[in-house]
Amino acid sequence: MEVIRVSVWRGGADGRFEEFEVPRRASQTVLDVVTYIQRNLDATLAYRFACRVGMCGSCAMTVNGTPRWTCRTHMDKVAKGGRVEIAPLANLPVVRDLVADMREFFDKWARSRGQFKPSATRDDAFAVVKPDSKERREADAAIECIGCGVCYAACDVVKWKPDYLGPAALNRAWTLVNDARDAGQGARLAAVAGDAGCHSCHTLMSCTHLCPKGLSPTRSIAGLKRATLGIDPEEIH
Amino acid sequence: MNLARNHPAYWAFLVHRLSGVALALFLPAHFLALALAIRGEAALDGFLRWSEQPLVKCGEWLLVVLLAAHLAGGLRVLALEFLPWRDWQKTLAALAAAFALFIGLVFALAL
Amino acid sequence: MRLWIVQRATAAVLALCVVVHLATIIYAVRGGLSAAEILARTRGSLAWGAFYCVFVIAAAAHGSIGLRVVALEWLGLDKAWAGRLMLAVAIAFALLGLRAVFAVLAP
Repeated sequence: MEVIRVSVWRGGADGRFEEFEVPRRASQTVLDVVTYIQRNLDATLAYRFACRVGMCGSCAMTVNGTPRWTCRTHMDKVAKGGRVEIAPLANLPVVRDLVADMREFFDKWARSRGQFKPSATRDDAFAVVKPDSKERREADAAIECIGCGVCYAACDVVKWKPDYLGPAALNRAWTLVNDARDAGQGARLAAVAGDAGCHSCHTLMSCTHLCPKGLSPTRSIAGLKRATLGIDPEEIH
Repeated sequence: MNLARNHPAYWAFLVHRLSGVALALFLPAHFLALALAIRGEAALDGFLRWSEQPLVKCGEWLLVVLLAAHLAGGLRVLALEFLPWRDWQKTLAALAAAFALFIGLVFALAL
Repeated sequence: MRLWIVQRATAAVLALCVVVHLATIIYAVRGGLSAAEILARTRGSLAWGAFYCVFVIAAAAHGSIGLRVVALEWLGLDKAWAGRLMLAVAIAFALLGLRAVFAVLAP
């Protein structure tokens, strides 16, 4: 029976790695391994998952230094030399073990005005939005984000500048900038500009490189850089 | 094995930033050397003689390559930020690298 | 955001200046560098003088803004100190640069 040595982060920010030995199985994913540990070796291990089939993004963790969906990461790909290291997502406070505190991630989403602001009521006629219009195609290219946090964990600008809104929040803002029905454009552009916003993106493109949905936050942020050119710098806080 | 740092766009950023810092550190020296001409042609010539040494020439070559790299990387950033998006940025990064090396070669041949 | 815009604008200006500069370097370095050759080209030349002044000012702005970001992201300086660093570098580059331009321009 082949065995893999798994190093798992335990505790909070001042925790440490703990070693486990897990039997190797065919087509095993990292999530399978974490689940095995929790069920058979240490019931106190804390971790998040939900769908386990690559749809929800809840199982995102740092595997060998890279943020990825553990349910979609085969052990064959990452257990080189029979070892693997699993830690919580980077750039976020640790709740415990493999669970990261996602509040800041979503707070920044809100700060980027990543919410739709209606311009009509139920009494008005339907909005007519052409699906092949340039704006709609831009929005559609970025709309599939499920907020898993991989891009945020991968971004070095987030690491270096804790205030930076981050790829996911800015990507979402971009989809709304391109939403013809939205009434909050002025405030949104001011919210995403400046040092904490799109102007801090250095096109590292780690977000685009690692997004499990194949999105390109870099592309969206480049769009925001162009869109914010016309605004009054005084509006930015 | 952090994949987040192991791809062309990240390397392009690193080269751009490091070359920029290197050039910024070099610039005062460059200005001070040129200002020797205030003391007359001979003063500047003296410095240029010193710079004929092989090690210094290598340093010069490196600076030329860094300048070309920073220029090419900068043009790539301007393209990414201001032109409509195309998905072949990897090609842009490769082109930038090729340009820098080309300039290095031309400079070396001119020496 | 203003700094970002200035950074990109000076980048565009510098792109032109650097292309000219690289061409000049490669041309000048053939057969070895000599003060006489360089100064023969620059002394009393309003065109070269204007070119290098634009080059220096753009470089002073571009370099100082760039170093500010490096200071914020890699050296852990706070915004106030990074701003002071930027200003110091900008002034130093501008002064040293314009002095160098004068040195090779003055007949």
